[in-house]
Amino acid sequence: MSERKATIASRVGLHARPASIFAAAVGDLTLEVTIALEADPAEDAMDASSILSLMSLGAANGDIVVLRAEGDGADEALESLVKLLETDLDAE
Amino acid sequence: MQNFTGVGVSPGRIIGSVRQMPKPISEPPAGERLDAATTPEVATAELRTASKVVQTELQRRAEAATGASKSVLEATALMATDPMLIKAAVKLIVTGTSAERAIWESGASVAEMLHNLGGYMAERATDVLDVRARIVAELRGVTAPGIPQSDEPFVLVAEDLAPADTATLDPNKILALVTSGGGPQSHTAIIARALGLPAVVAAAGVDALTDGTEVYVDGAAGTLQVDPGDDERTAVTAWEHVAASLSVFDGTGTTADGHLVPLLANVGGAADAVKAAAAGAEGVGLLRTEFCFLERDIEPTIDEQVVAYRGVFDAFPGKKVVVRTLDAGADKPLPFLTDSTEPNPSLGVRGYRTDLTSPGVLKRQLTAIATAAQASSAVVWVMAPMIATVDEAADFAAMCRVAGLKTPGVMVEVPSAALRSASILTEAEFVSLGTNDLTQYTMAADRQLGTLAALNSPWQPAVLQLIQLTVAGAIYEGHNKPVGVCGEAAADPVLAVVLVGLGVNTLSMTARSMSAVGAVLKSVTLERAQELAQIAVSARNSDEARTRVRAGLPILEELGL
Repeated sequence: MSERKATIASRVGLHARPASIFAAAVGDLTLEVTIALEADPAEDAMDASSILSLMSLGAANGDIVVLRAEGDGADEALESLVKLLETDLDAE
Repeated sequence: MQNFTGVGVSPGRIIGSVRQMPKPISEPPAGERLDAATTPEVATAELRTASKVVQTELQRRAEAATGASKSVLEATALMATDPMLIKAAVKLIVTGTSAERAIWESGASVAEMLHNLGGYMAERATDVLDVRARIVAELRGVTAPGIPQSDEPFVLVAEDLAPADTATLDPNKILALVTSGGGPQSHTAIIARALGLPAVVAAAGVDALTDGTEVYVDGAAGTLQVDPGDDERTAVTAWEHVAASLSVFDGTGTTADGHLVPLLANVGGAADAVKAAAAGAEGVGLLRTEFCFLERDIEPTIDEQVVAYRGVFDAFPGKKVVVRTLDAGADKPLPFLTDSTEPNPSLGVRGYRTDLTSPGVLKRQLTAIATAAQASSAVVWVMAPMIATVDEAADFAAMCRVAGLKTPGVMVEVPSAALRSASILTEAEFVSLGTNDLTQYTMAADRQLGTLAALNSPWQPAVLQLIQLTVAGAIYEGHNKPVGVCGEAAADPVLAVVLVGLGVNTLSMTARSMSAVGAVLKSVTLERAQELAQIAVSARNSDEARTRVRAGLPILEELGL
């Protein structure tokens, strides 16, 4: 199990356009990736390819989230997703 | 040749082909099971295929869209195949529920979850419900709900249009609006006038027209004709010339003998106000503040409000802007003000009355209006909607003065306010007649019901008489306090003449109607308008009132109105 932390950089938090971009990026992977707020237990983690899950997570600008994935290429995949979360997606 | 007759609500003559608005998707019955021949595996595969088709269609529309609607459509497209939505539905299918019912229930619980999160998320709940309806339509093999998509402009035929439909209605793709339901003051009529589209409402039977049928629509006469011929084609060409000459208002509302009747605009925000100013409006007679905040779940902050109001004030430097305080309730609910469980919202806590249930909102709004007014050169007046008694008028005027607003007024929409206008005007500095609600309450007929369209006409002599009484009260009060009209009646060039004849001082309307109203008004003297008003008030019924006044205005024929 690979695990990475990321700080949400988008000013509006992880909804609207940033959530669409992130969910689409996870959906393009063959791996299953979960996301949870740092303070939440791992079993509450949600499907990161679901825009509805991302929206219900309610992660705001500056919140820290934990991404988890298992399998071949998990480390690389998480690395690129962390970069995505740490970019202000709403500004682009 | 087949003809349909309804009520003409927005003038114009066009020929085009029909597109029916698809029927809303009905709820699959609770407990609906998979049929014997379908296994859960097959149903699951069908659901996934349907959701993929919906996603592709929404993505296609997102590519064609721009700005905010593009990102909303992109997010909505992702929702269509969202694991959270689909997994919950698949769980239900495995237990034997039909695919349609399963996605319906799954969509409902997701929408509820978003709704409970509040704010931006709650607004997205509607998108989930839209996606759900599209998936059910795809599973059933019927047309998706919403305004039809077409490359060619068309005549939109519907039962009635809801306020939400306006957001997706592209005026460049629509030639005319024709509805089987709705009345002269329904949303369809309001939308059509605002967009300048010919429109006919309450035309029974038009639901049966097939897509692609060529029809002639006359929005002044209120008729729709199948298989138009040469006469109709000539009428369309003639209308095009008239429309070009009617599109300009010179900026001064006056009768033929120079009696000034300022023509003001009804606006919903800064964008409307800028357009209205460019169209020659002499001020704003109605700023519908709730339209600045219709999408909101929580009360806008004072700072946000100041920005919204400033945008309107700055479009009219040195001119009058009448601000109506939040008119929430009935057909315009605002989650932070209205109780959606009321059995009879039209007679419920709406307009000024929300100050009883949500004290503080109105006071903060008045502070915001005063702050915005101080920073601009517009002459700002404020009025409260749904005032029924002189005590309410006095309380509102006192709140305005505390906030530093010097010209408090009230709307006359409730018949009691029309009857008591003399005493109301001892407290308020002006009144403005909201003819849509005044008609609905006088005739006890719901604005949205097509069946009651004839009752729901501002031409009803009883309504005209209440307007006359309101003016008489203002004269009796003795200080020449102004009486305006800001309902749809003011946008009807024929009725506008009657209103001026009844003694109304200003007319406020959708900016597009100013040129037609201005042109007809300029063709009559004040004395002639007063004679026509007398004819209308003494008519037996609304049809007679309208017909007799029309007969007295030869310019209508000339202009094709």
